[in-house]
Amino acid sequence: MLKCIEWVVNDDALREMKTRVRYFALFREQAGCESETVEWPGGQARELFELMSSKHPALKSQAAALVAINDEMSAWETVLDDGDEVLFFPPVAGG
Amino acid sequence: MSFSVSNTPIDAQAAKKAVQDRHCGAFVAFEGWIRDHNEGQAVERLEYEVYRPLAEKEGARIIGEALARFAISHALCIHREGLLELGEMAVIVCVSAAHRGPAFDACRYIIDEVKTRLPIWKKEHYVGGVSEWVNCENCAVAGHAHGEHHG
Repeated sequence: MLKCIEWVVNDDALREMKTRVRYFALFREQAGCESETVEWPGGQARELFELMSSKHPALKSQAAALVAINDEMSAWETVLDDGDEVLFFPPVAGG
Repeated sequence: MSFSVSNTPIDAQAAKKAVQDRHCGAFVAFEGWIRDHNEGQAVERLEYEVYRPLAEKEGARIIGEALARFAISHALCIHREGLLELGEMAVIVCVSAAHRGPAFDACRYIIDEVKTRLPIWKKEHYVGGVSEWVNCENCAVAGHAHGEHHG
């Protein structure tokens, strides 16, 4: 499994929670890794994606992208809890 | 299992048998095959990536919705993962019911939901060695017909 270089926000005061992030298909290629653990201030799933995009400039948000939290499809506005595992899905194309 | 992911060829006869029932007068199936072209490009083979834990859970949910919404007796769906060659079956949906109307409706419902809700992605390998993830952004928007793509 390709792992990202561990990355944390430098300011101790901002490292309030730990979130595990996993990328799939196109997002995995854009991020350059399958998973990583991030320490950050917390917030919505959408904000976490934006934070990860700033770390991996090739990782681009898409209108039809989906997000799952702890293996349940979720809304981008969901506020994450400490220890959540967040899955970023590019637009799906089954069938 | 009402929804499953397979890394080996789909046995359509076995799938049909699984929904056979003496109370049913109608059987409808949909098969999606690997086509040799997409959006003007010559396709050589196709690769499906499936996130199984969630695909299986959400797939079973879709089958459950079809059973609750339409007057059908049985429904199942099998989706392939991995590398597929031209002509291979990528997905099958089988539905049996007392009458054909609900069987057609449920079959259509299941394949449409599978295409927009399950964490499944496909990478097309084109003639000439280039490969690309199929960006089905429009397909995931409710109401957009997915018929222009595979299946």
